[in-house]
Amino acid sequence: MELSGGHILVQCLKDEGVEFVFGYPGGSVLHIYDAIFHQDDVKHILVRHEQAAAHSADAYARATGKPGVVLVTSGPGATNAVTGIATAYMDSIPMVILSGQVPSPVIGSDAFQEVDTVGITRPCVKHNFLVKDVRDLAETIKKAFYVATTGRPGPVLVDIPKDMTDPNIKIEYKYPKKITMRSYNPVVVGHKGQIKKAVDILLNAERPMIYAGGGVILGEAHKELTKLVHLLGYPITQTLMGLGGFPATDKQSVGMLGMHGTYEANMGMHDSDVILAVGARFDDRVTGKLAEFCPYAKIIHIDIDPSSISKTVKVDVPIVGEVKPVLEQMIELIKESDIKPSKTALAAWWEKIESWRSVNCLDYDRSSTLIKPQYVVEQLYQVTKGDAYVTSDVGQHQMYAAQYYHFDKPRRWINSGGLGTMGFGLPAAIGVKLAFPDSDVACITGEASIQMCIQELSTALQYNAPVKIINLNNRYMGMVRQWQEFSYKSRYSQSYMDTIPEFVKLAEAYGHIGMRIERPEDVKGALEEAFAIKDRTVFLDFMTDRTENVYPMIEAGKAHNDMKLRVAPSTPMDRELS
Amino acid sequence: MRHIISILIENESGALSRVAGLFSARGYNIESLTVAPTEDPSLSRMTLVTRGNDEIIEQITKQLNKLIDVVKLIDLAESSHIERELMLVKIKTTHETREEVKSMVDIFRGKIIDVTAHSYVVEMTGQSNKLDAFIHGFAEGSIIEVVRSGPTGISRGEKGLHL
Repeated sequence: MELSGGHILVQCLKDEGVEFVFGYPGGSVLHIYDAIFHQDDVKHILVRHEQAAAHSADAYARATGKPGVVLVTSGPGATNAVTGIATAYMDSIPMVILSGQVPSPVIGSDAFQEVDTVGITRPCVKHNFLVKDVRDLAETIKKAFYVATTGRPGPVLVDIPKDMTDPNIKIEYKYPKKITMRSYNPVVVGHKGQIKKAVDILLNAERPMIYAGGGVILGEAHKELTKLVHLLGYPITQTLMGLGGFPATDKQSVGMLGMHGTYEANMGMHDSDVILAVGARFDDRVTGKLAEFCPYAKIIHIDIDPSSISKTVKVDVPIVGEVKPVLEQMIELIKESDIKPSKTALAAWWEKIESWRSVNCLDYDRSSTLIKPQYVVEQLYQVTKGDAYVTSDVGQHQMYAAQYYHFDKPRRWINSGGLGTMGFGLPAAIGVKLAFPDSDVACITGEASIQMCIQELSTALQYNAPVKIINLNNRYMGMVRQWQEFSYKSRYSQSYMDTIPEFVKLAEAYGHIGMRIERPEDVKGALEEAFAIKDRTVFLDFMTDRTENVYPMIEAGKAHNDMKLRVAPSTPMDRELS
Repeated sequence: MRHIISILIENESGALSRVAGLFSARGYNIESLTVAPTEDPSLSRMTLVTRGNDEIIEQITKQLNKLIDVVKLIDLAESSHIERELMLVKIKTTHETREEVKSMVDIFRGKIIDVTAHSYVVEMTGQSNKLDAFIHGFAEGSIIEVVRSGPTGISRGEKGLHL
């Protein structure tokens, strides 16, 4: 079958099983858009800004496990997408970005809407390609999907000069079934000897802690992890990216660790004698002060990416390999082993952990006459029965979501962990809702973040993606304000906006339903009402306590056992803003 | 410590900038870098000299290996190897100094490859410190221009870096 480049591209997407392409047309991709016009198999979702195209595709990938696909034009189309690409890169999300480029004869001449897209995106993609011959197009697309989805996943960009999709140049189309690349061998099998060594150390531990990250979810290893944790009876803590990889409501879960992690998780990490890190990368928000990170622990680290091993924290037993088969092997070895975990040591360890847990570090003032943001998230959890897909933006609300919505299943918690991209939440929610139209999708956000991609309210209407926006409106950039309160003597420099739009009217202007909630007693009812409306997007604008802070907190550069806990409610410091 | 990393990389446009970009993005330093296609024109061989403690070098090699275009790499400094650098030097000469310069070139086993009434161009290969020594042998002001390739290297013995 002879096809032009534009049709080849669309056919490649069909053959790859792509359901949605998130994009925005422009000069360099017009041939491709014409090919899209001629078919219905690959559905194009027209966003309102290219950043949102990348976020929606990214969230689609996070929720489904399938690669997200983005199509943007050259120049500003590509540069607008960069924030979204970098977001996916930092969280290792499989994504293929197709960008138009000016025709190859004029590349380098500063032509209209020309930028060096391959150059600009190089540091924030797993790999990128520039197509120089239409005969290479199909194979390049295959390579892009292959690289994006194998090994440690990540975004791959294919830059396509306009002449590559010229409708007058037709060539024979054949999509490669399989591809190999001599310079890329992503399948790594964990070293047997290392796994054995790790199991011996684990079984001899007296104060063990399992520390699991996003790799568990990306590697589809949640079942194996859960099995291992139950088999051992050890406590488990999870990173922001790892939430849902082990049921949060399980009694062995001590919650999230790190900067806003629980007291029991961080104290447990600090005092542990053995740490099993599974698909986690010892991020600075997790470790705190490196020199004082887990001073007594032997560290075992399972990761698919060798460069994650000993990058910031020196590990004792590195295991490079896919998380799932490594955990399976560990489970087998543990079952076969003569060594059993010491019951007395473990009981003493759990007793210690329970004493930390009894501090009840996530408690807050439940008798407040103001709406507490934590309360909204708790009620959301109740109303959605803990089974919604929850996307978030970045800031205090993101931490409240992570702390108070208990994720029992993987791929339900969708947030920008590594890059921390404000504006992610709404387009992400749309991407998830398109993938799972029958599921509840909530976007937990704040009045600052939501305004960074608010134009996507229009996309939600056009493609009938009814999401529920939970706006925790404290009239401040809450996290910035919190840091300014703690570290800059409450000099609230530029963390406040006094011209916040009326979100109810704004939602209505975009064709949705808006609700404003001002009293704690109205929170639950409003949520129930909103989630009962299945076919409409509802914007719930919660007027929350302006002074609320995220606790507990390890301030930057401090150690796990040096946490700032909430001062008793209604002490002067906590209330000075009210 | 000084390390010489020898890299076999796909000979594609942008491959060099991926390596250079990695070093600048992660704050590693490149002391020198040489690159040219190999006997297989689809592959390039890169020799990169860098400095750092063991942890940094470990990260550098891991990060380089992670680049999709990198086929293989070795750290030559880890085993017995040979390294050579090419240098071209343009030296001012006068009637009185010509003989002296020529004998210096002979001592260092260089070659004079261009001659004018007032200058020589000298070609010399060797380890970098030998080339340094040659240059230091001349008085300030007598050297017009120095061009150095940066070191390139190969391991000793039968084994080679190939597919």
